[in-house]
Amino acid sequence: MFTNRRAFLRTAALATAAITTAALAACGSDDSGDTTTPVSADQVQAALDKGGSITVWAWEPTLKQAVAAFEAKYPKVKVNLVNAGTGNDQYTALQNAVAAGSGVPDVAQIEYYALPQFALGKSLTDLTAFGAGELDGTFTPGPWSSVKTGGGTFGLPMDSGPMALFYNKEVFDKHKIEVPTTWDEYAAAAKKLHAADPKAYITNDTGDAGFTTSLIWQAGGKPFAVDGTNVKINLADEGSAKFAGTWQKLLSDKLVAPVGSWSDGWYKGLGDGSIATLVIGAWMPANLESGVPGAKGKWRVAPMPQWTAGASAAAENGGSSLAIPKAGPNNALAYAFLKYATAGEGVKIRVDNGAFPATTAELKSAEFLGKEFGYFGGQKANEIFAKSAADVVPGWSYLPFQVYANSIFNDTVGQAYVTDKPLTDGLKAWQDASAKYGKDQGFTVG
Amino acid sequence: MTSPRRSLRAKQTRRSPLLTALTALMLIYSLVPLVWLVINASKTQEGLFTSFGLWFDGDFALLRNIHDTLTYDNGVFVRWLLNTLLYVVLGAGGATALATLGGYALAKFDFPGKRGVFAVVIGAVAVPGTALAVPTFLMFSKLGLTNTPWAVIIPSLISPFGLYLMWTFAASAIPGELLEAARVDGAGELRTFVRICMPLLAPGIVTVALFTMVATWNNYFLPLIMLKDPDWYPLTLGLNAWNDQAATAGGQAIFHLVITGSLLTILPLLAAFLFLQRYWQSGLAAGGVKD
Repeated sequence: MFTNRRAFLRTAALATAAITTAALAACGSDDSGDTTTPVSADQVQAALDKGGSITVWAWEPTLKQAVAAFEAKYPKVKVNLVNAGTGNDQYTALQNAVAAGSGVPDVAQIEYYALPQFALGKSLTDLTAFGAGELDGTFTPGPWSSVKTGGGTFGLPMDSGPMALFYNKEVFDKHKIEVPTTWDEYAAAAKKLHAADPKAYITNDTGDAGFTTSLIWQAGGKPFAVDGTNVKINLADEGSAKFAGTWQKLLSDKLVAPVGSWSDGWYKGLGDGSIATLVIGAWMPANLESGVPGAKGKWRVAPMPQWTAGASAAAENGGSSLAIPKAGPNNALAYAFLKYATAGEGVKIRVDNGAFPATTAELKSAEFLGKEFGYFGGQKANEIFAKSAADVVPGWSYLPFQVYANSIFNDTVGQAYVTDKPLTDGLKAWQDASAKYGKDQGFTVG
Repeated sequence: MTSPRRSLRAKQTRRSPLLTALTALMLIYSLVPLVWLVINASKTQEGLFTSFGLWFDGDFALLRNIHDTLTYDNGVFVRWLLNTLLYVVLGAGGATALATLGGYALAKFDFPGKRGVFAVVIGAVAVPGTALAVPTFLMFSKLGLTNTPWAVIIPSLISPFGLYLMWTFAASAIPGELLEAARVDGAGELRTFVRICMPLLAPGIVTVALFTMVATWNNYFLPLIMLKDPDWYPLTLGLNAWNDQAATAGGQAIFHLVITGSLLTILPLLAAFLFLQRYWQSGLAAGGVKD
């Protein structure tokens, strides 16, 4: 029936985009029933005692063990853990389910960058009603400020991705390159490495919205300012300009490998030394261990290169929250699970299985900090990650339509990676296209 | 009868270097992906990235990979395989049965509105399935059938192309005189269809069965939007989910299992083709030749 998958997928994408727009419009115009009645801790406990079943849509791999332990602790509760797709696929499915009014899960994993979109679309329960405010201080500032969006708390941080520099020590030693501490040194190292071995690149990049926004974040940029439905986009502010300046140099001199992140070629490059560094979130070790087992012992971790020498600024890259869709059948039980998995006993189980926590208690524990990573030659990498989590630059926010904005990143900024078009022009085009979409969705975009 | 055929064959065996070269190219073009798949299914996750793509790695891990594929995540691959079989048997089997019955009826019976049905069927052949996928999803969601096997099986039952094929095939394969003779001899309509027409229609049925089988076996988009529960995934969705793991923060990259799984996935289809090939050839020829 479906012989030409590409064409079908294209049509399908259009059709689902139409649904999404309709759903957002419908939600935006529905301002009634916005007051959530408070749910006390007793009521949540009562739901646990009574039992029942909840459906959780998540793709995070360590939730499986947390679910098993949760069910063992509360035998009357059945958790149906469903991988409804990764990232965008799941968001589309979630929006379709909300639009259709059936099949909405009790709990959904939503990445930080996507959370404002769902929160503003009024698809999610404000967890303030459950007393989520008392969890203040439980989570590191980056993730906690990410879930506090649009005047409420719309999710609980499940994991985080404070960034660090992962580098292939073997390659660095071979070419006698110092580990860069600033982005200028990073660019110099890129040049030196590529000159010494034309097949080797300092890193790969074909245009990645998450990476770009994270670097702008670290540089102190605040390109997205959101106040209710008033949105300001400025991808030419000081932080964005710093990023564009450095990255333009790397692109113009062809010093980054034209390999897409997460592709098989990427894993190959990480293994054979042709991609020598990654500046990426602290969840990366699990991917390296399974995806590039042969490079065990060659890689090390260092703090993120800085925009100002001697500074210690960091940013978050990726990471997800668990949220409760409004239309989910069992909100009280859902919250019980949310708390267990993100702030309760579930955290340790997940961390033991390779997740990177967003809770301050875990990030400060001696056991966590003292863990020696065989993959990194016995290095205590968590010390660097935890420091990075504490150094995340405050005040960042994503657009309330970031999912869409990121989806057009490659059509706009991506041009700068494959043509001679300057990066700043690409950022401008991204800004204009995002602003236009925002206006079409009923936002006031300045 | 024999002499004209022999002369025809003699004509065909005249060599054309250009055609031979083109055919050889097509052969390589079709076989290389298959060869790649077989070779790489024998490599470990590590070997995939460190060895040449079109030749074997030192470490021959095919059996270990097959074992790991079948047992990974509590043997979920086997579950997906059984799901796919279920969808193929009920979906493609049902589609073939419906197409056969409908095609026969349209070819051999006169009834009011037949022209209308013809227009609808031809129109339906032209509409791509994906254009209907989202409306179908919303409809099934109203019926409460999404996330159940029925959401995949019921839409698979409809094959406008199969119906059209059976229609034209039945029109040429069953002589009207034969039906009249059967009726004169007192056979009921059902008996006539089962005992007399079915054997004549066999090549057509096998053709439609193969088409719908391939379509259902490879069906990706419909289950993608209908199913959320991995327990009901067909192989196509399951392998994609495995592949996505590598692109997940903190996920486990299992490219070697994805490749081995893909190899295992196409084996049943290959077997079905080899087994039913002779029927298919005669079916295509019978459909194409007009007396």
